Amino acid sequence: MNTNEIYTRSEPASVVGGRSAGSGMYDVVHEDAEHRPYANQAGAVACEVGYNFAYLDEQTKRMIRRGLLKAVAVPGYQVPFGGREMPLPYGWGTGGMQLTAAILGADDVLKVIDQGADDTTNAVSIRRFFARTAGVKTTTRTPEATVIQTRHRIPETPLTNDQIMVYQVPIPEPLRFIEPSETETRTMHALEDYGVMHVKLYEDIATFGHIATSYAYPVTVDERYVMDPSPIPKFDNPKLHMSPALMLFGAGREKRLYAVPPFTRVVSLDFDDHPFAIQSWDECCAFCGSRESYLDELIIDDAGSKRFVCSDTDYCMQRRDAEEEGAQ
Amino acid sequence: MYVAVKGGERAIDNAHLLQAKLRRGDTRIPELSVDQVREQMPLAVARVMSEGSLYDPQLAALAIKQAAGDLMEAIFLLRAYRTTLPRFTASTPLDTTQMQLSRRISATFKDLPGGQLLGPTFDYSHRLLDFALLAEGEHPGPQVNPDAELSDCPRVLEFLAEENLMAREVDDGVAVPDITREPLDFPASRAQRLQALARGDEGFLLALGYSTQRGYGRNHPFAGEIRIGELEIWLEPEELGFAVPLGDIEVTECEMVNQFVGGKGIDAQFTRGYGLAFGYAERKAMGMALVDRSLRAAEYAEELEGPAQQEEFVLMHCDNVEAAGFVSHLKLPHYVDFQSELELIRKLRKQEREQPAAEEQRA
Repeated sequence: MNTNEIYTRSEPASVVGGRSAGSGMYDVVHEDAEHRPYANQAGAVACEVGYNFAYLDEQTKRMIRRGLLKAVAVPGYQVPFGGREMPLPYGWGTGGMQLTAAILGADDVLKVIDQGADDTTNAVSIRRFFARTAGVKTTTRTPEATVIQTRHRIPETPLTNDQIMVYQVPIPEPLRFIEPSETETRTMHALEDYGVMHVKLYEDIATFGHIATSYAYPVTVDERYVMDPSPIPKFDNPKLHMSPALMLFGAGREKRLYAVPPFTRVVSLDFDDHPFAIQSWDECCAFCGSRESYLDELIIDDAGSKRFVCSDTDYCMQRRDAEEEGAQ
Repeated sequence: MYVAVKGGERAIDNAHLLQAKLRRGDTRIPELSVDQVREQMPLAVARVMSEGSLYDPQLAALAIKQAAGDLMEAIFLLRAYRTTLPRFTASTPLDTTQMQLSRRISATFKDLPGGQLLGPTFDYSHRLLDFALLAEGEHPGPQVNPDAELSDCPRVLEFLAEENLMAREVDDGVAVPDITREPLDFPASRAQRLQALARGDEGFLLALGYSTQRGYGRNHPFAGEIRIGELEIWLEPEELGFAVPLGDIEVTECEMVNQFVGGKGIDAQFTRGYGLAFGYAERKAMGMALVDRSLRAAEYAEELEGPAQQEEFVLMHCDNVEAAGFVSHLKLPHYVDFQSELELIRKLRKQEREQPAAEEQRA
């Protein structure tokens, strides 16, 4: 290949899963040396000069997409990938950011949430990173987003098959806190040797009377791999089951990625006499009155009085808007 | 509306401006220049280059200035920049016997070809604060003999290897993997291990090396040779077919002589641990050599009894950019998960309160 040829994508990110695939993922385009790739695509102009579209170079993105294809082909299996150093600290979403960078196309609309909220500092920071390096449209409204990067929550608004969820994962290995060695846990996955996990849950019941895992609650994907759904509250686990959206998980520091393809069975581990149950509150959201959503507890005065509000800020806003419209 | 962590771009921007102000300090004092950092804090620059895996004293000095002297932050800055650089090619292997030495010592022989060359060092200095440095002035340095010539300095451990007293290191010819491009897998090759240790945190390696000296996986080290100096880097471009020099870099190399192996019909031999770091970085190179040797325990069929011998433990935790990132992420909001823990612990407490009451009623 001569040096004036560059690889570019002919379609917005349509690599995996339920979104429209282009005729060819990459076309070799002959360009003059001055031409900046992506500068004219769909009006999206990367604002940050000197970096490639969505920061990562195309070779790296391609390497990540190959990993994602494997992850989709083997649901719940942790695929090692050559994770890069990102300009944000490890542990702050570098894995999710690399996946987002790898799948983002110029036409995508990005939503970033942390704790369910669009306005938490790290969500603001990551959203701004992609607005600056990819020039993509961003939104806070779940139905408008094509890619949603998240930390610790799945939106309350049901997802569609036009959407991809990208999860930030700190520790991808569900067995890690039982067996610290990676060599051992990889063997356990290969042999489907998950007895220790059930023993751990049983010990919880013996000690506390309940399974004492309330977030990052382990699931079995497609009746094969036990997977860490990332530190989402177990409240969100049922949303993974048979979801029409593609779910991608990225762990940057640990250099692993994995996926749950659309319409895949995802079952939370439990026992017949101790069935899986999600959190519930006696209170409703102080703003929108929802009794169905995950609630955050706020301490509102020195006496320790409490108030509960939706953790999903967009969902809460949608409900309040609808209420207002109804009232008019 | 109350939001526990109200972000907003303005808040973040202001935080950055405040940080910049903190870095600058009192503006009545002249600003520190990058050249000053590079020339007058060479050991900090060396550490940032080593653990940042990028030999560029100017950028390392810039990173130190930008990080307000926080070396881990500076290392992180340099790493994040390094990631964006294209890889042209790999140099030919460094030949450290060709080093322009500024310092070379061996603790295993009183004298040896090439001699002991003390060079610049803190060793043997009495650690008394030098109040003269409070005043700025010229520091003329020692008298030098312009005609002095360095004689050849063959490697100390090579003499032992000639006598078959030191295990030889053999190049297996396998392509060297790049741990910054391919994820580490276990068991790791020695090339992968040395790369990880070269990037590893000096303090962590120092502590682990120290732990082997105190008995957690003891391997009886002697500082066989430490050499510091300038070294030419050569490249062999494919289209050229021969190597060309690219420039000089300063490195510190340490070879440890360690306890011998053998017995049962095999001649006893010393073993070695190896450390290499950019710039003047003796402590780092020594720590690295100690840990390299202890990670070779399995190779020499030694019992694994200390943390420094556990490959996964050492390699997965020696990187300070990873460690600092994951520890600092605890500062991010976690209130959703905390809420689920609160809900659970309240449920458990409620159940405990109600159970004895129910039992009393039955009684």
